[in-house]
Amino acid sequence: MVDSAVLHASVSELHGMLTQRQISSEELTQAFLERIDLLNGKLNAVVTVCAEQALNDARRADKRLSRGKATMLTGIPLLHKDIFCTQGIRTTCGSRMLEQFIPAYDATVVAKLKTAGVVMLGKCNMDEFAMGSSNETSFFGTVKNPWDTQCVPGGSSGGSAAALAAGMATLVTGTDTGGSIRQPASLCGITGLKPTYGRVSRLGIIAFASSLDQAGPMARSAADCAHMLTAMSGLDAGDSTSADLAVPDFFSELSGDVAGLRIGLPREYFNDDLDSSVRAQVMSALSQLEKAGAQLIDIDLPHSHYAIATYYVLAPAEASANLARYDGVRFGYRCADPADLEDLYLRSRSEGFGEEVQRRILVGTYALSAGFYDAYFNKAQQVRRVITDDFRKAFQSVDVIAGPSAPGIAFRFGAKQQDPIAMYMEDIYTLAVNLAGLPGLSAPAGLINGMPVGLQLIGKPFEESTILNAAHRLQLDTDWHLARPPIEEWQP
Amino acid sequence: MSISQEDVEKVALLARLAIAPSDLPEVTERFGRVLQLVNELNTIDTEGVAPMSNPHDMVQRLRPDVVTGGDEREALMASAPQQDRGYFLVPKVID
Repeated sequence: MVDSAVLHASVSELHGMLTQRQISSEELTQAFLERIDLLNGKLNAVVTVCAEQALNDARRADKRLSRGKATMLTGIPLLHKDIFCTQGIRTTCGSRMLEQFIPAYDATVVAKLKTAGVVMLGKCNMDEFAMGSSNETSFFGTVKNPWDTQCVPGGSSGGSAAALAAGMATLVTGTDTGGSIRQPASLCGITGLKPTYGRVSRLGIIAFASSLDQAGPMARSAADCAHMLTAMSGLDAGDSTSADLAVPDFFSELSGDVAGLRIGLPREYFNDDLDSSVRAQVMSALSQLEKAGAQLIDIDLPHSHYAIATYYVLAPAEASANLARYDGVRFGYRCADPADLEDLYLRSRSEGFGEEVQRRILVGTYALSAGFYDAYFNKAQQVRRVITDDFRKAFQSVDVIAGPSAPGIAFRFGAKQQDPIAMYMEDIYTLAVNLAGLPGLSAPAGLINGMPVGLQLIGKPFEESTILNAAHRLQLDTDWHLARPPIEEWQP
Repeated sequence: MSISQEDVEKVALLARLAIAPSDLPEVTERFGRVLQLVNELNTIDTEGVAPMSNPHDMVQRLRPDVVTGGDEREALMASAPQQDRGYFLVPKVID
């Protein structure tokens, strides 16, 4: 019998136990599979469990450990967001369109983590095609927030965030096109990092908006995210937008020293629209960093306001192009008894895609159509530069920019489902970071009425180490990241 | 600028999406709300600003035009909803 504490242990702790043979990867994997079995009926965070393959991976990891050839991640159990292609394992992207899709290859992120020796337990639920901030758009049903099962876990990487918070894996992957790692990390009380655009290969990640999509780590701490990011990053011949830059050992760059670190607080984020209880928690986290030697400096990001409008032209436009491939012919859902080819296209797409995905395809098609291209797509690309220039200027006087990750705590199911705009506002503090291609993370900053809230830290391009180190300092000085949802209370 | 049900039907056809007539009023209403949101872009002056398609203004990297992958025809065809002897099957196109 394995002590339940291992379900919430850090990578470093588990690595120590594995290398000292206090536990085998097989025992660890078995414990997590049992945890998934116990909780998933309630949470719906995992859509596919790969028990047999996971146990095989674990035995392989145990052999590697016994030969002394282990990396930090060898034998560590992980769940992938179901947006990453996994060879021979169903990859749904939360959609009926891909309900039966079995990829012929692994995403680069999956292959790299496999090489590092992680044990893949299965695949996590998500908003359909990563379009949503509550996990309510998944074809496979909503994911429940383990802190309060009446509430959403956030999205689109909501299954990943909920699974990690509930102790169903030690590490999870996510993707972030407009906040899909940081917002669910905030709502589920975990640490999640969206790397700089280009840091992590997009090969084999089912495309949403190609100039914005990035994959990143979600874990219990900045230190665990650092281990994972090192394994995930790097130039990939299969993604021409992946950056040709050396990948540091992100963990070894966590000195915990923030003396003299200049942290910018945008007036536009801390204005009167910010919920006062969120402000109080975010400021309390920032004052911890100030006590550790960082300086807090007021800054301006004057065009922040335009991020939502810009994003909701560019992301749907890119999505409409990317999702044109789902035609009912080559792969994915096909309608029954099509009358002709046109009927095959129309019905396969209308029956295969859910409402939010169809709305974004419509908006994107409109923004790219003749007569509207200049007014919408071209204009939004111009404003994207204006927003990016705001960050560039701000980073001349600060090292890190801080703000809330999300406007509030987790909300109840259905609260924002009828109004697309209310849902889009969930990402008001995260979208601009994707437009500018910057790294951003969310780290736990305490609880409001028993529900987690996140601090967002934004860095300069390719300076993930700086924001990870600031979050690490916070996690050395506080125990917010160790808070656990009250799962034992709702077990029968 | 508002959008009419006819406009939405036109866009839907371009996107190869079928909207049920009973859903059209609501789809149009929600589409209109998104357009209203993005129309805010008209209030900012971007005269002379170059459009940005890549956040690092990266230029496309080229590689030598040589075959690198193996023959994965069978594995890839296995994902097709309907196929026969290496061909994708679709409803009859030519009479």
